[in-house]
Amino acid sequence: MPAWLADLYAILDATLRLSTPLILCAMAGLFSERSGIVDISLEGKMLAGAFAAGSVAALTGSAWLALLAAIAVSMCLALVHGFACITHRGNQVVSGLAINILASGLTVVVGIAMFSRGGQTPSLASEQRFLPVDIPGVDALASVPVFGHFISAVINGHNILVYLALLSVFCTWWLVYRTRFGLRLRAVGENPLAVDTAGLSVSGLRYRALMICGALCGIAGAYLAIAQNASFVREMTAGQGYIALAALIFGKWRPVPALFACLMFGFLDAIAIRLQGVELPGIGEVPVQLIQALPYVLTVVLLAGFIGRAVAPKAIGTPFVKER
Amino acid sequence: MVQSEQKVSSTHSSTSSSQFAIELRNISKSFGAVHANQNIDLQVERGTIHGIVGENGAGKSTLMSILYGFYQADSGSIHINGNHIQINSSREAIDAGIGMVHQHFMLVDTFSVLENVMLGAEEHSLLKHSAIDARKELQRLSDTYQLSVNPDSLVENLQVGEQQRTEILKALYRKAEILILDEPTGVLTPQEADQLFAVLQALKEQGVTVILITHKLREIMDITDTVSVLRQGQMVSHLNTADTSMQALAELMVGRKLDTQNHQRVDALPSETPNRIEVFDLCLRNAAGQYRLDHINLNVKSGEIVGVAGVAGNGQSALLEVLAGIVPPESGRFIINGREVSVSDPVDPRQMRQMRVNHVPEDRLKLGLVKAFTAAESSVLGYLHQDKFSWRGLLQLSSIKAMCRRLMDSFDVRPGNPNLKSASFSGGNQQKLILARELDKKPEVLLVGQPTRGVDIGAIELIHQKIVDMRDEGCAILLVSVELDEILALSDRIVVMFEGRIVAEVTGSEADKTTLGLMMANAHERAA
Amino acid sequence: MNTSNITLPAWLDIVIIPLLNIALALLCAGFILLLIGVNPVEAVGIMLNGAFGYDEGVGYTLYYTTNFIFTGLAVAVAFHANLFNIGGEGQAYIAGLGAALVFLAFDSSLPALILIPFGILASALFGALWAFIPGFLQAYRGSHVVITTIMFNFIASALMVYLLVNILIKPGQMSPETRYFEVTTWLPKMHEFVALFGYNITKTPLNLSFFLALLCCVLVWIYIWRTRWGYELRTAGFSETAALYAGIQPKRVVVITMCLSGALAGGVAVNEIMGVNHRLIMNFPAGYGFTGIAVSLMGRNHPVGIIMASLLFGVLYQGGAELAFEIPLITRELVVAIQGLIILFCGALALMLRPLVVRAYLVFRPVTGGHA
Repeated sequence: MPAWLADLYAILDATLRLSTPLILCAMAGLFSERSGIVDISLEGKMLAGAFAAGSVAALTGSAWLALLAAIAVSMCLALVHGFACITHRGNQVVSGLAINILASGLTVVVGIAMFSRGGQTPSLASEQRFLPVDIPGVDALASVPVFGHFISAVINGHNILVYLALLSVFCTWWLVYRTRFGLRLRAVGENPLAVDTAGLSVSGLRYRALMICGALCGIAGAYLAIAQNASFVREMTAGQGYIALAALIFGKWRPVPALFACLMFGFLDAIAIRLQGVELPGIGEVPVQLIQALPYVLTVVLLAGFIGRAVAPKAIGTPFVKER
Repeated sequence: MVQSEQKVSSTHSSTSSSQFAIELRNISKSFGAVHANQNIDLQVERGTIHGIVGENGAGKSTLMSILYGFYQADSGSIHINGNHIQINSSREAIDAGIGMVHQHFMLVDTFSVLENVMLGAEEHSLLKHSAIDARKELQRLSDTYQLSVNPDSLVENLQVGEQQRTEILKALYRKAEILILDEPTGVLTPQEADQLFAVLQALKEQGVTVILITHKLREIMDITDTVSVLRQGQMVSHLNTADTSMQALAELMVGRKLDTQNHQRVDALPSETPNRIEVFDLCLRNAAGQYRLDHINLNVKSGEIVGVAGVAGNGQSALLEVLAGIVPPESGRFIINGREVSVSDPVDPRQMRQMRVNHVPEDRLKLGLVKAFTAAESSVLGYLHQDKFSWRGLLQLSSIKAMCRRLMDSFDVRPGNPNLKSASFSGGNQQKLILARELDKKPEVLLVGQPTRGVDIGAIELIHQKIVDMRDEGCAILLVSVELDEILALSDRIVVMFEGRIVAEVTGSEADKTTLGLMMANAHERAA
Repeated sequence: MNTSNITLPAWLDIVIIPLLNIALALLCAGFILLLIGVNPVEAVGIMLNGAFGYDEGVGYTLYYTTNFIFTGLAVAVAFHANLFNIGGEGQAYIAGLGAALVFLAFDSSLPALILIPFGILASALFGALWAFIPGFLQAYRGSHVVITTIMFNFIASALMVYLLVNILIKPGQMSPETRYFEVTTWLPKMHEFVALFGYNITKTPLNLSFFLALLCCVLVWIYIWRTRWGYELRTAGFSETAALYAGIQPKRVVVITMCLSGALAGGVAVNEIMGVNHRLIMNFPAGYGFTGIAVSLMGRNHPVGIIMASLLFGVLYQGGAELAFEIPLITRELVVAIQGLIILFCGALALMLRPLVVRAYLVFRPVTGGHA
């Protein structure tokens, strides 16, 4: 295998790893926003989930229990979001922000109280984490020239949550476009009054969407703490929840385009790490920060309508008031 | 309690269940001090078309909302096929066999007709299976009732009439036996309205009970079997349509003989009287490309009131907004108080006011004032650039308040307190404050929309008199109103708007309500 | 019962309900303390003592308060125009760049008396610029200011890291920060200032920007409630259609208001860069921009409320630092958590208690007399 191809494969491999939390959060956000609830609290839910996973893994030694804990904690926060935005018709952005800030503070406060490690959870042994798995039969493919190399170098050898993230895209697509629940979900984000007069509960649908959103954010958090890394570190989400939100917007609130946006942003992240301190011939050193800022810049440019148009679900951001 | 009542009514129903599809007993609903519905009784026989008429604000919408589970009645009972039922939600209304076609359609624009029809009534958890069944049923319904809509079209690409048919299909798909339509023809072209009536007739023949809520008497006469009249929250009459007339219904609706004072000029304007408004081929289109103003030509002289009659939504609002400078015209031009305005040379509302062109907007809550502002703050909306209200940018609160007090006195606004929030005044007093604000500036051109909407009867005469006084001082007045009585009482000349065009023009003295009504429906042209 | 359209006396809506919300938030915070094994009463005692018990504590409290006033005002001004500026953090950061550039360029050539106003202006200008773009994009390109300002926070952060690491860094050092400004051009500290009048207080970071913050409160109050532009801002914020009717251009209001908001957020740079750090450092806004949202929500978007809310957060920050020092189980992130709770209860759940209060009011109204 030529060196450049190995390099490319390494970058693509990293892309997949770095995109995983983005993909999970983008799908999470898709459920929430398609139901008409703005969710800037992907970040906070993921962070809380990561903390829960890190602590439970450290305490029980079980990665699966940790995953469940992450999902549960993240869903609780989603419930708070729903309680504020659906039941009490609060401002959805304010509520999301509150959850982000609360998660950012509480994870450290509780972390220190529990483990006294400056907000970090204890390092996990490998059996307490989700480890890379081999896809059965991949060895047989390894000798096939291009395709086999690609599979074994890029697709194979990730932990199970990476594959779960990819699966979540398919599930999201199927749920949203192929099921009764999906039809109602899309309807409630476009015209809640139509849903209400069709005899359905707007609140019920939105709560359900937020619960799915919470679960997916929890998985993303668990991935960060017990799959990609071996412990929870304070602020370990580092804005990835917001990047996922950007990817969701970039994908125009659709699962597959959002997946590609996540992969693109993950790819940017992967080459940013790769290019650190590297002199490119003819260009010089590309500032890492520029590449890191690209997702945000691209999203701003997209939203400003300079490349295509991102039209949000029509009812997004407005609480549903039944009385006329 | 409810249980026992149910039993009573069901035994009682053994005699009546064959007769009435829907029966309301003693329904009352109030909002604070406002009695929206008071002791409403209603009986509608199965397989008939029943009309409910009433003016704006008579309580029609509240009654609808009670029937469809948006509100619960404070007292009274609802009986469907003789069974006493509670309707606490849309779901329960649907289950009781009630279908409703709302004035503003309850459709998801980005969905296909099929998806909209299925929504909430999908049999299977997988769309594929539900869609197969729904498509079949939709085909059957279309065939039975001549309700043809392409099931795969997106709603946002449909004509209004097709959207309405989708709504009816939605109700029928849910096995509605009672179909309620709220002002169904308000948004339809006459051709579409005719199609709708044919559908309703077909529904009736299949045994569906139809309730038609409208304020258009012609429709009542044309299509209903029986009719009830709502006035100020009360059912004042139940009649067989065949036994009544439009005139009689109109009098029942309004509650008094129509004897509004007539304010038209007695003397003709001298022929050399200058035009203060001249409009040439003015056009404006909405986002969908439909004409809101379609080559309007119009003039208003000094000392003249020109009334613009028409069913709401036929371009009157757009005309006011363009002339007031809020919306720039798309093509064409107009000369207002000597200043020519065109696409390339627009004038904003502030300049309009400086040119003594004042505007009393149709929608006082959205345009005319700011609900969260105090009355004093609202009383300078649009005039703050005057030095006496803001000197070098600093608000002159004392003169603003003094001004507000003066306005309140001149129009008897109650309570006369400039420090109260605008929202806490009644609709009529808000309207008087806005009128006072605009008339006080001694305009040379006055654009007025719905000057007495929601105003109590005593104040109507005061407002009319003030407008007429302005006219007599030489002001040119363009009056938009959906109240024909108002148009007739004030206008020296009347133009009728229909679908963005001016379809007729008559002098005030030769106009009468019937011919105007026909013109507004553009019926005289179709007949010809 | 639908209580949303029942009017309550102003004091209930403006004073009692917000106070109840704050009480709920603090109650939750107390519960968290209990959960991690700290006695809340003892903690409150330590915090209050840390914040007010001695003049150094007071100085620190007011130093934090200064930042919160600036960012709180920034959020509030935007709120009045129905804009939600989440970008205070980034705007303050970029404002720091403006101040630093002015000082790095002229600190050896211009006297402090000229340079300081110049620096304040540059902070305001750079903060305004960073808010102008989202404002402009919302007004003329239809992208929502909430999302754009979030994105601009990250872009600002990346930009500043790049500039500090690659360009502005003082040659020959490792940590990414600029050189110190000339000592003579530093914004005077409060202890230096009061010394002029013969008073002697402990040296703290509190500096003259505190007065600038208070001045901004007065100016913002005048601007919003006593000028034509403020009237136009509020009109556009309450009702875009009414603004158009009145001949006000809502788009212009959006742009101007965002600029103003960004300029106010720039005040943080005056305090931090010109008053305390005397050089441009990484991440100096340290979350003050986000706290501004809590401050504004708590203070009901009114300067007086904002001063009180800022003071409360000043106490929380300074008292929290003291608490972290006294009780090792506690860190300053506790304050962040409390901040989250306050945003939740005073912002997102602001209307939660209203139905209860309305019911209580309807029960007790006959007793308290019929002035309603």
